[in-house]
Amino acid sequence: MEITIIQLFNGLSMGSILLLIALGLAVTFGLMNVINMAHGELIMIGAYATYITQNLFNDYLPASLFNWYFVLSIPVSFMVAFLIGWLLEVSLIRFLYGRPLDSLLATWGIALMLQQLARTIFGAPNVAVKSPTWLDGGFRLMDGVVLPYKRLFIILLVIVTLVAMFLYIYRSHAGRRMRAVMQNRDMAACLGISTRRVDSMTFAIGSGVAGIAGCALTLMGPIGPSLGTYYIVDAFMVVVLGGVGKLVGTIVGAVGIGVTGTMFEYWTNASLGKVLVFLCIVAFLQWKPKGLVAMKTRSLD
Amino acid sequence: MLAVQQLEAGYGESVILRDVSLRVKKGQVVCLLGRNGVGKTTLMKSIMGLLKARKGVVSYNEANLTKAAPGVRAKSGIGYVPQGREIFAQLTVYENVLLGLEASKEKTREIPASAIEKFPVLPTMYERRGGDLSGGQQQQLAFARALASKPEVLLLDEPCEGIQPSIVEDIRDVIRSIKAEGTTAVLLVEQSLEFVQSVGDYFYILEKGAIAWEGGLEQLSDEVIRTYLTV
Repeated sequence: MEITIIQLFNGLSMGSILLLIALGLAVTFGLMNVINMAHGELIMIGAYATYITQNLFNDYLPASLFNWYFVLSIPVSFMVAFLIGWLLEVSLIRFLYGRPLDSLLATWGIALMLQQLARTIFGAPNVAVKSPTWLDGGFRLMDGVVLPYKRLFIILLVIVTLVAMFLYIYRSHAGRRMRAVMQNRDMAACLGISTRRVDSMTFAIGSGVAGIAGCALTLMGPIGPSLGTYYIVDAFMVVVLGGVGKLVGTIVGAVGIGVTGTMFEYWTNASLGKVLVFLCIVAFLQWKPKGLVAMKTRSLD
Repeated sequence: MLAVQQLEAGYGESVILRDVSLRVKKGQVVCLLGRNGVGKTTLMKSIMGLLKARKGVVSYNEANLTKAAPGVRAKSGIGYVPQGREIFAQLTVYENVLLGLEASKEKTREIPASAIEKFPVLPTMYERRGGDLSGGQQQQLAFARALASKPEVLLLDEPCEGIQPSIVEDIRDVIRSIKAEGTTAVLLVEQSLEFVQSVGDYFYILEKGAIAWEGGLEQLSDEVIRTYLTV
């Protein structure tokens, strides 16, 4: 019983981390169809932004306030990644719409540059971000079942981020413009929507969400310049499995991969578990190439 | 007044429009006729800015719009109901109409009654997705979306294509009531002669990418129709 609960919780926790790193990509790749290989580096930027916030609190603010740095670092890492994403869109991505191969190569190059930049500024070794003490320990559900606060916090953070994104995309005026542009660019332009502004905003928001993911990853362990490369494949896998263009698909995909992954790892071992998950995904995509949640509609005419 | 002067436009290497000049004056319903493939839709797209003009000028109320993006043209008062309707299939009917407000000069969040009252069926379907509507309903939605911004010139590209007769009648009534109000000019592309004769004030006939004939309703004789329009 305890083991089942722990495994389920681990799966959910894994899924929440996957979801967080894939959410930004669900916007830039899922909605905008930009194969953004630098997505991992935007995560890395978010992580380092958290690291800098921590250091600033350490150096300039009384120790009693240190525990609160993490609360501030979430919006900080969002903003930093948002701005860098916006710069990236304005200076490069906008020339590459509709050219998937070119954007893949170009963003990969950007990824390498950003990694090297991080290495130059922060050094090659990993740096540690000290988690706030209020996230130490765990919630004791029953004997032998302790749910770490850090993981609970990440699950909460994912839920909050998701709700914010849903509200933005499906309830706000800007979100409506965004969906209109992504569905029918020409017609949206003919209605007076500035597609350029919508494109750069959308890409920047996707990047900003990647920054939040980076912030959350500092809770899981030390961070380094190549942090992003560990997660980029997982992120793409989640978005493709979930079905490109649908946020709901991304959620189901992430939780699905998280839970089945931990189960396979528990039954076999870590590396075989990963292989099995990957095989399942390949098989699934053979059966449903459009992913879990495909766009269904009686389209025009 | 919308004016097109010596417009040249095309796709890639091919030139579709060679030398097109036309005017749409305030309150007029101007009809653009021509056989298939002479460049009617291409002209509409160039006026809206979806297609870059190679030569010539598109201007509206003395403002030169030749280089302007479609959004700028929409905001300066040109509304567009494209061929094939181009409804946002994943958005609800209500959201589709709301998007029409983007080009509105009034900073309003409310859909004006003038846009929607002509299509009483639309408010009953506000929560459905645009893509789930039938062709005729989508056409009405496209009209309402274009009218939401209270445009001064309305470009209509084959609004009756593939539409059941009763909705064609509704569309005829809508164009007539727009004309009666006198504030919005219409540039209409339509295959049905009977339809354009019943609403049009002035006619242009396109042939091989250029205006071959122009004139008022009484000049549009059988002779003209035989020469330029019958296949």
